[in-house]
Amino acid sequence: MAHFIDRRLNPKDKSLGNRRRFIRRVRGVVKQAVSESVRRRAIADVDQKEQVSVPADGISEPSFQHATEGGQRERVLPGNKSFRAGDRVDKPKAGAGQGGREGSAEGQGEDEFMFVLSRDEFLDLFFENLELPDLIKQNLKEIHSTRPRRRGYAVTGTPANLSVERTMRNALGRRIALGRPGTRKMLDLAERVRELEALSSPTTEQQAELEDVEEQLKKILQRRRLVPFVDPLDIRYRHFTQDPEPTANAVMFCLMDVSASMGQREKDLAKRFYVLLHLFLRRRYDKIDLVFIRHTQTASEVDEDTFFHSRETGGTVVSSALTKMKEVIKDRYSPSDWNIYAAQVSDGENYTGDSENCAEILDTDLMRLCQYFAYIEIVDEDEARLLSSEANGMELWRAYRGLSKRWQQFAMKRIAGPADIYPVFRELFEKQPEGSGHG
Amino acid sequence: MADVRRGELLFDGAEWDFDALHRAHDAIERVALDDLGLNLYTNQIEIISSEQMLDAYSSNGMPLMYRHWSFGKHFLREDQLYRKGARGLAYEIVINSNPCISYCLEDNTMALQALVIAHAGFGHNHFFKNNHLFRQWSDAGGILDYLEYARNFIARCEEKHGEQDVEKLLDAAHSLMPSSVFRHRRPVELSLRDESRRRRERQAEEERAVYYLWETLDRARPSAQINEEAQARKREMGLPEENLLYFIETHSPILKPWEREILRIVRNIAQYFYPQRQTKVMNEGCACFVHYHIIQALHEAGQITDGAMLEILHNHTNVLTQPDFDDPRFTGLNPYAIGFAIMQDIRRICDAPTEEDREWFPDIAGSRDWRNVLKDAWASYRDESFVQQFLSPNVIRRLRLFSLVDEEDDPYYTVNAIHDEHGYRKVQEALSHNVSVSMMDPDIQVIDVDLLGDRCLQLRHFKRHGIPLDEKTREMTLTNLRRLWGYEVMIDDSDSDGCSARPS
Repeated sequence: MAHFIDRRLNPKDKSLGNRRRFIRRVRGVVKQAVSESVRRRAIADVDQKEQVSVPADGISEPSFQHATEGGQRERVLPGNKSFRAGDRVDKPKAGAGQGGREGSAEGQGEDEFMFVLSRDEFLDLFFENLELPDLIKQNLKEIHSTRPRRRGYAVTGTPANLSVERTMRNALGRRIALGRPGTRKMLDLAERVRELEALSSPTTEQQAELEDVEEQLKKILQRRRLVPFVDPLDIRYRHFTQDPEPTANAVMFCLMDVSASMGQREKDLAKRFYVLLHLFLRRRYDKIDLVFIRHTQTASEVDEDTFFHSRETGGTVVSSALTKMKEVIKDRYSPSDWNIYAAQVSDGENYTGDSENCAEILDTDLMRLCQYFAYIEIVDEDEARLLSSEANGMELWRAYRGLSKRWQQFAMKRIAGPADIYPVFRELFEKQPEGSGHG
Repeated sequence: MADVRRGELLFDGAEWDFDALHRAHDAIERVALDDLGLNLYTNQIEIISSEQMLDAYSSNGMPLMYRHWSFGKHFLREDQLYRKGARGLAYEIVINSNPCISYCLEDNTMALQALVIAHAGFGHNHFFKNNHLFRQWSDAGGILDYLEYARNFIARCEEKHGEQDVEKLLDAAHSLMPSSVFRHRRPVELSLRDESRRRRERQAEEERAVYYLWETLDRARPSAQINEEAQARKREMGLPEENLLYFIETHSPILKPWEREILRIVRNIAQYFYPQRQTKVMNEGCACFVHYHIIQALHEAGQITDGAMLEILHNHTNVLTQPDFDDPRFTGLNPYAIGFAIMQDIRRICDAPTEEDREWFPDIAGSRDWRNVLKDAWASYRDESFVQQFLSPNVIRRLRLFSLVDEEDDPYYTVNAIHDEHGYRKVQEALSHNVSVSMMDPDIQVIDVDLLGDRCLQLRHFKRHGIPLDEKTREMTLTNLRRLWGYEVMIDDSDSDGCSARPS
């Protein structure tokens, strides 16, 4: 007699723990790969799976093994065609291995070990550089957020959700409809019975009344048992459904100075910032448009690839980008339909006198339209130490400082490394309570 | 369960359901018991998805295993190969346990499920239950309990001492795993009660060891006496010792009790798998012979359609193909093919022997009792002796086997023997060495250690036919060994081929 067991519904991913341990083991290599692929990928595609290849050295499992050469060996092979005993066969030249059982137990050609990181694993490693707090990481990884909402009453549920009011209302209706005798009436009768019984010498009349009253009391008690005070039928629970969070459209403007002073390091940092902002926004909005505006002394809207990879020469007039952004909003992104986010990255250089201009444009026009405007100034590590005070800085920085006091959705930050990026977001999400978007 | 009369189809079409599986199992069981007379554990057949099959692959096919990154690595590799389509999945995995658990893939067609049940649930099952190596060296009834204990124990260690420390220890232990089986002594059977008793004893022993250290602190003794004592201690430690992890577990000066326990778990698992490595040819041969016989019987009785039979034969042939040595598909001798060929030939020798067979196999030729001859072979041989005993000239001729000698200094290989009168014995001998695990694994033993001196652990590699160790893996493994031992570890080579102290 055999037992058949259907295991297909058992939890999968039994080896998840092993996989996690493996990735921890090759962490260094994998992190490198993640950094590279962030550079390579488009902002909106960052949280995808990633193929990673790991050199076999760090993950070999050595054991004592025979060498592939040396000594005397004898092998039995199948399929002899024309050999006779005593024949000699030239050995293949060195390098052309003969294979066989002496070969490494790992199989052949294992210089590199390839595997695919899942989205979650990829993001974990990406976040690790940015030093995100755990709660935020969890929030970002979850794409669909839901919120329990009241949806009337249900006949089933947990005791915690018991609606006493509704239950009692039902019970009352049922008691009235089925004519449950009231407690007062029962007590009165009981009192009367006691009175009559207490009489030492009852008259016949009283005797008859006692019997009658006792009979009534018995009926009432029976009726009360039949129609209980609260019946399981009456019980109602508050009912909740998991509703998806309301989402809407958002547009994210990426503004960047692309003059020669912005090198690879600056652009990498800028990209990380944009990626993180995009992830944050994606958690809240169904659809996110990305608009890339780069500027030197003039600004233009470009595609992502050009934005990050091509280089322009020229002066730096920051206000040109803001003007361009204003135009694009007017053309395509009506603030009544879109939540507008903007992130401007620069190294702080600006044409003399233009900074006031920028602050003016933001103050009068853009800040009214934007949910959030972040200004990121990328500095060298040494510079970051010098400019430790918020008050110091170049002209643009000083001009923007006034803005950040007036507008709470304006954030500004100096960034010298990936770990500095997150605090900017913390300011944003502290300032802006959940659900205040006007989408 | 379902009662099937002779001649009534067990199933029709490719789709399977549990009723059909039951019918097929019962019909197969009838042939296995009434016709072949197999002796079986109860079958437990579990249907799993392809993902679960990959999971099972990565932990040596066991349903429970402790956690370690190397299993994750194996999973990723298998997963990659499978997704690329470079490799199909096994149709089944079978576990030497009581009841005998076999995993069948849900994607199999009904015909394949029948084949797989006959192969694993009856062929392998019978072999596990009856072969002397499995009976003696692995405890089928206790293995799942033991693995569960091992997993929990190691998980607790991870909590207590940190995943990193446990991982380092397991890395080192895994790398010594192949050199950590008892080949000659019979290991103690695993049981949970023994485990806890043994842990208590170990603790007591440790307390004694502390006392011993204090006692020997400061006495100056003549060197002759020290020498003599060292000799005596060596004897006491049972040197030379072939089971490296066992030696380290009992004698390492630096390991903590939980570390010793983990080493013990690793070597117990190595020991459990050792019989499977020793009987690859026979085990697969037995399973193939059994499924072939049973399916044929069912087909003859009209219980399987011609279409299903063709599908089964197609798979059967795929598994049993032996490409020639010069074929691009050649990757070595196929144990399924060799085992099946020898067993089919045993049946032929019993039923219709030739003159040659009578000369080679006087005991069995013409006896017509192939069932008992085979059952006896399955029970009492291992690959090495099985080939030596039963590889017939007929099989050598059919597979056109020949043996090739590779001398280190010669620029050529020499054909030593082919399928002719002079060659049969030589081919038999050479093949039996080729399939012998004790010839495949390097022979490494602990020969000396001076616990009172520099505590240097001395290993010796007993070379066979002058074959050296691979240097890269040797150094890496030694590094691991040093981590466990805590002091210097040396290894040297001995050329003494005969190493006559130990027959092997």
